[in-house]
Amino acid sequence: MAKKINEEVISNDDHEHHVENFWTKYVFSMDHKMIGKQFLVTGMLMGVLGVFMSMLFRLQLAWPNEKFVILESILGKWAPEGQMDPNIYLALVTIHGTIMVFFVLTAGLSGTFSNLLIPLQIGARDMASGFLNMLSYWFFAASSVVMVVSLFVETGPASGGWTVYPPLSALPQAMPGSGAGMTLWLVSMTLFIAGSLLGSLNYIVTIINLRTKGMSMDRLPLTIWAFFVTAILGVLSFPVLLSAALLLMFDRLLGTSFYLSDIMVAGELLHNEGGSPVLYEHLFWFLGHPEVYIILLPALGITSEVIATNSRKPIFGYRAMIGSILAIAFLSFIVWGHHMFITGMNPFLGSVFTFTTLLIAIPSAVKAFNYITTLWKGNIQFTPAMLFSIGLVSTFVAGGLTGIILGDSALDINVHDTYFVVAHFHIVMGLSAIFGMFAGVYHWFPKMYRRMMNKTMGYFHFWLTFISAYGVFFPMHFTGLAGLPRRYYSNAEFPMFDELQDINVIITMFAIFGGIAQLIFLFNFFYSMWRGPVAPKNPWRSNTLEWTTEVEHIHGNWEGEIPTVHRWPYDYSKPGHDDDFVPQSIPRLKNEPGH
Amino acid sequence: MTGLLIAIVLFLLVLAIAQIIRIYELATKASKRDEYVVTNKDNNYQGRLMLLFGFGLLASFVWMVNTWSPLFLPKPSSLHGVEIDMLWDVSMGLIVVTFFIVQPILFFFAYKYRGKEGQKATYYEHNNKLEFVWTIVPAIVLAVLIVYGMTTWSNVWNPDNDEEPIVIELYAQQFKWIARYSGDDNTLGNANVRLIQGVNTVGVDTMDVASQDDIVVSELHLPVGRPIKFLFRSQDVIHSAYMPHFRAQMNCVPGAQTSFQFTPTITTEEIRTDPDVIQKVERINKIRLEAGKEFYEYDYLLLCNKVCGSAHYNMQMPLIVETQAEYAQWLLQQKTVKESI
Repeated sequence: MAKKINEEVISNDDHEHHVENFWTKYVFSMDHKMIGKQFLVTGMLMGVLGVFMSMLFRLQLAWPNEKFVILESILGKWAPEGQMDPNIYLALVTIHGTIMVFFVLTAGLSGTFSNLLIPLQIGARDMASGFLNMLSYWFFAASSVVMVVSLFVETGPASGGWTVYPPLSALPQAMPGSGAGMTLWLVSMTLFIAGSLLGSLNYIVTIINLRTKGMSMDRLPLTIWAFFVTAILGVLSFPVLLSAALLLMFDRLLGTSFYLSDIMVAGELLHNEGGSPVLYEHLFWFLGHPEVYIILLPALGITSEVIATNSRKPIFGYRAMIGSILAIAFLSFIVWGHHMFITGMNPFLGSVFTFTTLLIAIPSAVKAFNYITTLWKGNIQFTPAMLFSIGLVSTFVAGGLTGIILGDSALDINVHDTYFVVAHFHIVMGLSAIFGMFAGVYHWFPKMYRRMMNKTMGYFHFWLTFISAYGVFFPMHFTGLAGLPRRYYSNAEFPMFDELQDINVIITMFAIFGGIAQLIFLFNFFYSMWRGPVAPKNPWRSNTLEWTTEVEHIHGNWEGEIPTVHRWPYDYSKPGHDDDFVPQSIPRLKNEPGH
Repeated sequence: MTGLLIAIVLFLLVLAIAQIIRIYELATKASKRDEYVVTNKDNNYQGRLMLLFGFGLLASFVWMVNTWSPLFLPKPSSLHGVEIDMLWDVSMGLIVVTFFIVQPILFFFAYKYRGKEGQKATYYEHNNKLEFVWTIVPAIVLAVLIVYGMTTWSNVWNPDNDEEPIVIELYAQQFKWIARYSGDDNTLGNANVRLIQGVNTVGVDTMDVASQDDIVVSELHLPVGRPIKFLFRSQDVIHSAYMPHFRAQMNCVPGAQTSFQFTPTITTEEIRTDPDVIQKVERINKIRLEAGKEFYEYDYLLLCNKVCGSAHYNMQMPLIVETQAEYAQWLLQQKTVKESI
């Protein structure tokens, strides 16, 4: 338990010496701060891969008949003479989705910041179980390795879309990607889920049990509330995906028929009878929808913290913010059917899911309005983190609104599986979450690496990213409304889509532009890690407890006693105080109002 | 040789970057050790950029709607499609209005309340009345949308048809569509994947009486003004029958039968004379002429809209809506199961 943790101060200065400690310190570390950084760097590596893949398939979509020599040197036999093969196109789309959703925005975002911030912000010396925490990272690392290895198998990686619906994903005869690549995909996801569960359980236990004196639940920073609810969502929904994946594995390897029935594929009649692919869809989306909020809630939590700190104002409606997190989390378990309106599910269920889905707009609206009101009459400090947080509010609104269309079963008929959907979920989930992640990195970089990131590069990074993000995804609404289905390798077979080619070219230009802009971030990140100016203790003049720790990382976080908490974390610009911030550890004045 | 050259170029690139960093560090060393502190100048600059971006976002939205809305699917060619599109317009109107209210406020606040040194923000932690308002207003608007949406959905599934719908089966397989008409008895004969053999491509049970007059074809003809009930099956993986012009879409699931029904209201001939469609075709043919492709004539289509394998992007079937007389004529020319198997 946390109390037993060795309090000896370990110097973090030198990467070379302490050879005998290298493995325990950088590799098999049980320190939550190091594990957080491990999650971040692994997530970033996977992110680079995922974004790079999207640039490749965007090339294909913009110029379907063009030959790119570079494609052959990257994809080898999958792009003979630079002409991309349809199978590798589908593989790229699939692995891009898998990597971004699970490896970057689940593990990379939640794993990084839950690990870094939970003990620091609640005032604990470490996670409840450092060992489980270490295991959680190593399961994730192993699953990343398996996923990357799957890219190199003879028949190519999984290619049935990131949702890998059977029978397509169950039958190697149906497409090359459903061979060994798909088996590795399932192995990777199984490892991933195990790691995610270990992490989530740890977060929940830590938040419930290890809060410092005075840190009642209604004094928790909203980041912690978000991580807490996210972890509960993960614990309740990931096992269902695990069962879906295991049953799929059985169907593939052991000849069972959970998802298969009456099939003749590639001229071969299969023995399977009685299974239903729709069962898989139910199981998948029972995780799949909460997963959206597993991705989004941590980003919203980070934004709450960053916006309050940099507006120098309390977050508006703290209790309403907690209430809406809880409402969103609850609703997220009863809306999965809106992914399945046209699967042949009973139309009555369609009505029920329309009802529950549209309800989510209410707590979401409350959150958006509260963010905006937090800005009102603030004294906004435009740090790069703040820019990304404002960007998040913008994309959350822009993408959330189209959810009102897609959640409506009757309207979903028009645009289901078209680019309208691609636009919607990339803006509301992809962009918002990645902006939250960037905000978190810029904001807590000094806590992670004891140095500051470069502000100017941060500004350039934000604006280039923000502009190209909207440039990529906003036009997709229009191609979707023209009826263009997603996951088409080329739309040259349909003259009715000929006039959409210009839009596709614009999107690809923005995608390449935005992808290259990320190099600024990568450079800033690694450069600042070693050469950035040394961080002061509390660079953003923030209230939360992590800024009361020393800049140097130590095991156990605080050298002396853990500070006691006397107030909520949002006493910014509070009347009666000289400074425009009052850290949580400052005792209350006599008769001071507020909580 | 190329490998060596690339290695040298990469090495020089790294060297160049390292040098640039050194120069940058030397240049900034003395002045900006706390370069991360946000100054008044930064706040002014970034605040203005926020405002500018807000304008840009709305302006480009207007530009896109102006330039690209002619690319949208033309008006619906089915009865229920009109109803869906009405709900669409109402919902879209609402969200566009919300977008145009919320986004400008966000960017304007970011600009207006940009920080100044020595200034203090207003301590304003909550306001129950305000929060109540913006919980209850969206709740009311959504309640209306939910009821409207559910009503439309229910109408789509339970249309009041004057006539018995014509039953047609769509059979999906990698990577083509086959249609089976139920013939004079308007009843499809039994079919099963296990019965697929030779010319019997959809596995019709030839012993079943109901299947004798079934007609199996690779082109979909529909009579205008008659309700059609589609039944869907799939031979191998999940496909999705997407008929965007009719606002119709349904998955085809192996091992199960799904259904969807609609009444086509505009024949192929008629839709080709629609002014929007004429313009669309003109634009497309201009593009095709430049690319040296053959002339395009407007057609309804059935597309596969659920990823189903490598040729998913080209799984389509022509769909022709014609007058009832033409339809009857066409159907007469087709061979029944009894005749062909």
